[in-house]
Amino acid sequence: MRESLIASGPIWFRYASPQAFFPLAGTLARWFGAAAAAFCCLGLYLGFFVAPTDHQQGEAYRIIFIHVPAAWMSMFLYLVMAFWAAVGLIFNTRLSGMMASALAPTGALFTFVALWTGSLWGKPTWGTWWVWDARLTSELILLFLYFGFMALQAAIDDPRRADKAGALLALVGAVNIPIIYFSVKWWNTLHQGASVSLTGAPTMAATMFAGMAVMAFGFWFYSIAAALMRVRCIILERERASPWVSQTGVANCAGRIA
Amino acid sequence: MLATLRCVIYRDVLLAVRRRSDVFTVVLFFVIVVSLFPLGVGAEPALLRAIAPGVIWVAALLSSMLALQRMFSSDHLDGTLEQMLLSATPLGVIVAAKIGAHWLISGLPLVLIAPVLALQFDLSQDYLDILVLSLLLGTPVLSLIGAIGAALTLGLRGGGALLSLLILPLYMPVLIIGAGAVESAAAGLGALAHLSLLGGFLVIAAAFAPWATAVALRISIE
Repeated sequence: MRESLIASGPIWFRYASPQAFFPLAGTLARWFGAAAAAFCCLGLYLGFFVAPTDHQQGEAYRIIFIHVPAAWMSMFLYLVMAFWAAVGLIFNTRLSGMMASALAPTGALFTFVALWTGSLWGKPTWGTWWVWDARLTSELILLFLYFGFMALQAAIDDPRRADKAGALLALVGAVNIPIIYFSVKWWNTLHQGASVSLTGAPTMAATMFAGMAVMAFGFWFYSIAAALMRVRCIILERERASPWVSQTGVANCAGRIA
Repeated sequence: MLATLRCVIYRDVLLAVRRRSDVFTVVLFFVIVVSLFPLGVGAEPALLRAIAPGVIWVAALLSSMLALQRMFSSDHLDGTLEQMLLSATPLGVIVAAKIGAHWLISGLPLVLIAPVLALQFDLSQDYLDILVLSLLLGTPVLSLIGAIGAALTLGLRGGGALLSLLILPLYMPVLIIGAGAVESAAAGLGALAHLSLLGGFLVIAAAFAPWATAVALRISIE
């Protein structure tokens, strides 16, 4: 009854089944991977060769083309993860939990890249690797939230329980993110004033913004491609006992992952 | 419903009173952690005065987290928790009672002993009431948020370290605002804003955390 209801429903319900989604994810991952490569190449070209040199920071500012898109993606991916977590809790779909766990490593990667490039940028411009600025601190806490999510899922052997527990944690984290951001911001202004302000930067040349936007799209498409590749692996790992995995000729791959 | 609430609180507090050493371990941990800081950073009075609220808050955070694992584990081991899940009373109410009892056992003693430790740090007596008030508002939030983590990590391997990884990032706003209360008062800005924010955290956490903990418990037990 339930099966037929899902099969006869709209097309997006059809793809809630891991079996139906698996080939689609492969196709999409290829296209988004290609788009990510193209956009990143174009964005880096714009950033390194077209955008003008900054009159205050010289060439050092060019790390912005990696740094800012990575920071955007790190926050955006947490929200996407929390979205899939919520969908998984509400509709009890298996694929949603798999999507959430597939997104977490990419989100953590971008958070780390944002922190790393930020400290590389901070050394020549601010003269220090790290300041307890509100944005830096909340980005660091975001990294801890990603690690907590992954550690919780890794500690639970039953995948369904891991999905649900991780989903609840992701939602609690998502509720906390604005609270964390504003308390850190307030703490920071109380402590040291606006000695380092990221918001007071001069308005940006159009080519700089274009480079950043193109890079952001490139990172976005990369995230989609990476998450879809990862979700394919998770599907194979969890469904390796079911007949369709051996029928589609990916059994060898599933065996290797297992 | 209120009878259940009272009954669960009474039971948990009674259990703790019968096993006093558990309560004292947490309080002693709190005292020892706070005492470590002067040994580590030096006994300069001006420095100690400056770090006192932060040190006491960090120590309170760690000790309340230390006590969290016990919130559900013994009930889980002897099967009481499953009966609670099956009970006709909404699970959120029972969980709220357990969190309240947990705060009475492991949060309130910290609040009461904190002024003595603050005196060791030469914190001015004018700010002791603000410190106590901030802890009084803040430690229940720690118990409430921590309960979600305790329920999620119930029966998992590496529970303690995992729990701290999950919960400490969520504790940070409370730490920032709580420790900021005394500093703000010392800077002449008054602590009302910080205390109001802590009160706000408490209201939000009290409204949502028992419910989220109940969901987490059902996920862990099913």
